[in-house]
Amino acid sequence: MEIVKNVVCPFCGTLCDDIICKVENNEIVGTINACRIGHSKFVHTEGAMRYKKPMIRKDGEFMEISYDEAIDKAAQILAESKRPLMYGWSCTECEAQAVGMELAEETKAVIDNTASVCHGPSVLALQDVGYPICTFGEVKNRADVVVYWGCNPMHAHPRHLSRHVFARGFFRERGRPDRTLIVVDPRESDTAKLADIHLQLDFDRDYELLDAMRAVLLGHEIHYDEVAGIPKELIYEAVEVLKKAQFGILFFGMGITHSRGKHRNIDIAIMMVEDLNDYGKFTLIPMRGHYNVTGFNQVATWQSGYPFCVDFSLGYPRYNPGETGANDQLQNKEADAMMVIASDPGAHFPQRALETMAEIPVIAIEPHRTPTTEMADLIIPPAIVGMEAEGTAYRMEGVPIRMKKVVDSELLSDREILEKIVERVKEIKASK
Amino acid sequence: MEHIIKNGIVYDPLNKIDGEKKDICIRDGKIVDSVNEADANVIDASGKIVMAGGIDPHTHIAGAKVNVGRMYRPEDSKKDVESRLAGKRSGSGFSVPSTFMTGYRYAQMGYTTAMEAAMPPLLSRHTHEEFIDTPIIDHAAYPLFGNNWFVMEYLKEGDVDSCAAYVSWLLKATKGYTIKIVNPAGTEAWAWGGNVHGIHDPAPYFDITAAEIIKGLAEVNEMLGLPHAIHLHCNDLGHPGNYETTLASFDVPKGIKPNPKTGSRDAVLYATHVQFHSYGGTTWRDFVSEAGSIADYVNKNDHLVIDVGQVTLDETTTMTADGPMEYDLHSINGLKWANCDVELETGSGVVPFLYTPGAPVPSVQWAIGMELFLLINDPGKVCLTTDSPNAGPFTRYPRVISWLMSNQYRSNLIENELHKWAQRKSDIATIEREYSFYEIAQVTRSTPAQVLGLSDTKGHLGVGADADVAVYSFNPETQDPSSDYMALEEAIQNATCVLKDGNIVVKDGVVVNIGIHGRTYWIDTQLEEGIYNEVVTDVEKKFKQYYSVNFQNYPVQEEYLPRSTPVNGVML
Ligand SMILES: [Zn+2]
Repeated sequence: MEIVKNVVCPFCGTLCDDIICKVENNEIVGTINACRIGHSKFVHTEGAMRYKKPMIRKDGEFMEISYDEAIDKAAQILAESKRPLMYGWSCTECEAQAVGMELAEETKAVIDNTASVCHGPSVLALQDVGYPICTFGEVKNRADVVVYWGCNPMHAHPRHLSRHVFARGFFRERGRPDRTLIVVDPRESDTAKLADIHLQLDFDRDYELLDAMRAVLLGHEIHYDEVAGIPKELIYEAVEVLKKAQFGILFFGMGITHSRGKHRNIDIAIMMVEDLNDYGKFTLIPMRGHYNVTGFNQVATWQSGYPFCVDFSLGYPRYNPGETGANDQLQNKEADAMMVIASDPGAHFPQRALETMAEIPVIAIEPHRTPTTEMADLIIPPAIVGMEAEGTAYRMEGVPIRMKKVVDSELLSDREILEKIVERVKEIKASK
Repeated sequence: MEHIIKNGIVYDPLNKIDGEKKDICIRDGKIVDSVNEADANVIDASGKIVMAGGIDPHTHIAGAKVNVGRMYRPEDSKKDVESRLAGKRSGSGFSVPSTFMTGYRYAQMGYTTAMEAAMPPLLSRHTHEEFIDTPIIDHAAYPLFGNNWFVMEYLKEGDVDSCAAYVSWLLKATKGYTIKIVNPAGTEAWAWGGNVHGIHDPAPYFDITAAEIIKGLAEVNEMLGLPHAIHLHCNDLGHPGNYETTLASFDVPKGIKPNPKTGSRDAVLYATHVQFHSYGGTTWRDFVSEAGSIADYVNKNDHLVIDVGQVTLDETTTMTADGPMEYDLHSINGLKWANCDVELETGSGVVPFLYTPGAPVPSVQWAIGMELFLLINDPGKVCLTTDSPNAGPFTRYPRVISWLMSNQYRSNLIENELHKWAQRKSDIATIEREYSFYEIAQVTRSTPAQVLGLSDTKGHLGVGADADVAVYSFNPETQDPSSDYMALEEAIQNATCVLKDGNIVVKDGVVVNIGIHGRTYWIDTQLEEGIYNEVVTDVEKKFKQYYSVNFQNYPVQEEYLPRSTPVNGVML
């Protein structure tokens, strides 16, 4: 048995890089340090069916084809369509995303990642009011107040608490006892159970609560007995904790980005964090889900100037979320072909978007059988980044880490597949 | 491929050539004595200016905070776009252009080297990823050392040797080029929401002052024989009255002997964007220029080179590792604030800024920059920068050059567009000096090349230099830059011909070919092995406890350097 150390986990945005993999006969048979979700990803216990060969749908049935045929077919579809949509990107590495941007440019496509259905509101908010963040190590070493708002890391980011709340840091030698943990969640979640203060607000009342907290912070009184279902005394108490923080951190998740108010919730959350810097130090970090959702936003930004919802139809990048997002393109029936990579819109998009997907050619670059591949006309399976292929990923707060290749695969990587498609698209266009 | 650039009017200060008619011959990417004229591609430069490719020693073009500047300002991206054309990628952004566009825009102005001036070590992989997508230009990145816990602890203990070993390790791990120091002790204070004031105010807990950090790192720099001097962004940036801190900082490394293993610099201190550090008064009301005092110091001392950070009077995006400064700026202008504190190493902030020409403070800031250029006698001590994009985007260099060459251009601006404070609170209106083309070639070519330690191959047109050449359609024999300043600005904005490594990359102001990828310069240096290993062991131990990534996953792999170009300092 071979032991591979310092492996980076291709599951969530916490991007743990201390995983040890046990390898036997070119197969990962066990892990050390990984959370249960990461572990199951490494050892394929999730029961998903893995594609070994590209497949094309003929008369309703899938049949195997070669990579060359699949790449040619994909290139034909993209070169012939007027307004292709390229969506996903959050579970692959940055070099593949970079090639994807070039492909989008070459085919005058709209390119978008899963941020548009998760932390899209956070992106819009940071474009409104700013983005005061820090890296994880700052939290571990300095934070005496930690807030989780609208997220349940015990389930979605299993090692997040152990790394940032329970861990001992330079100025927080005792770890957990040195920190006050506030959880804001309408549910009695497993994370909330660990909190020193649980603000169990009413559903969809995040904005009101934040507004009240900001008002208190700015020296005003609350004239109601409770706001958003929280007694005012508890709000005063919580604000007092925030004000007294030497170093505070607000982690926030989809419970607030997708509750009523959406990006306005994040606007005011960011402004509250800014206000808190008049007292001590306070920063925030969005709890990004997919392990490299952040990376796509970085790559798209440095190449085009925009983090997602990028439209190349005019030959230069345009950005207009609400028009150039994946769902906008599908629901408005603008997209006439779709390439999905490293994500599963088939399982997550609303019905109206799926209706368009059913009508247009869909290419899926995807290792496993998913609701999306069920809808696809062409399936191209890649090697899995972080296990069978290497490349860069960005942790939720922007720290870039190189993903490792632990075992070999005969399959092409996402990057290789995309490079070949770009090349073929160029040939097709040159021949016209 | 061979080229001969014929009959151009050549300005090449490192070879003391001042406007001579001269042919430049190129073979295999290098300047050579002669080529076979029958086979060579002839570039007719009659009546045109020929200079080495421009060098930007301090700009912000790649990495985490640069990308935040792009990401959180779609309103800036909309202001300028680049379309996809054959062999070229598209892009967007006025003050912070996207990566491909950055390479194109530098090349169009005849610039072929640009240095990213602030790289948080933990995020250095990000900077190098953006370099991969930045075409044409040679580049390097400056890792931040001035608030680094290891540096502060070693220097606090007086252990300069261990500090040097650590610096050499970190330069290698991050593939960085120099010791960059930003608001020493102040950014660590900012991790708790504070700042330091002046060079004798210690950082919390670490109890070490800016003066001690600057001194220690200057010593380390020369122990390691680095090509560049320490690169210092002084304390108190942007505060009225800060010139005293600036002068005190300048004095700190005085007396240390320069010891570069490559190149030929004399300076032991490179002070950056000094315009932001030349302020008198006590508040924004009684704020005045102290550029005269700063210029006087530079004129009397030979241990330093500065760059200016000229305000260009645009709407732009400020970005720096000076975290507390950006928070202050946000508190003043109320515009959106981005920040990123980086564990054990540094911080950063980003805030948009409008340098409105008619407003009092920006008018004086513009005047201070110009005063520095014009009151420092020796252009061998000044580099032209806008601290892009902090005081304005690099695409305004042609305008800055035209201001320097035309008193009339400046006077028109002062009389017609600037707030009267420019005249009342500075001496700019009384200064008639105009730069010559030779002096322009100094502040944009030879001086940066020399102080960066790259003057063997960069910043000149002598035999053996890299064939990075710019040809500008402005005829000094028939045109007077003093009066024809608009034509000059246009000529430099869109060079007639630019070669990079002997490939024609720009023709008539348009990028025609991206040539080969730019070099990434980085420092390979190592002190005695015993202490080096001791220090690395110490670093590894602290990584386990205090970093959020594993020690083995920290160094930037060679995969991120498509054209790795190590520069040696002291080696075992
Ligand atoms: Zn700078």
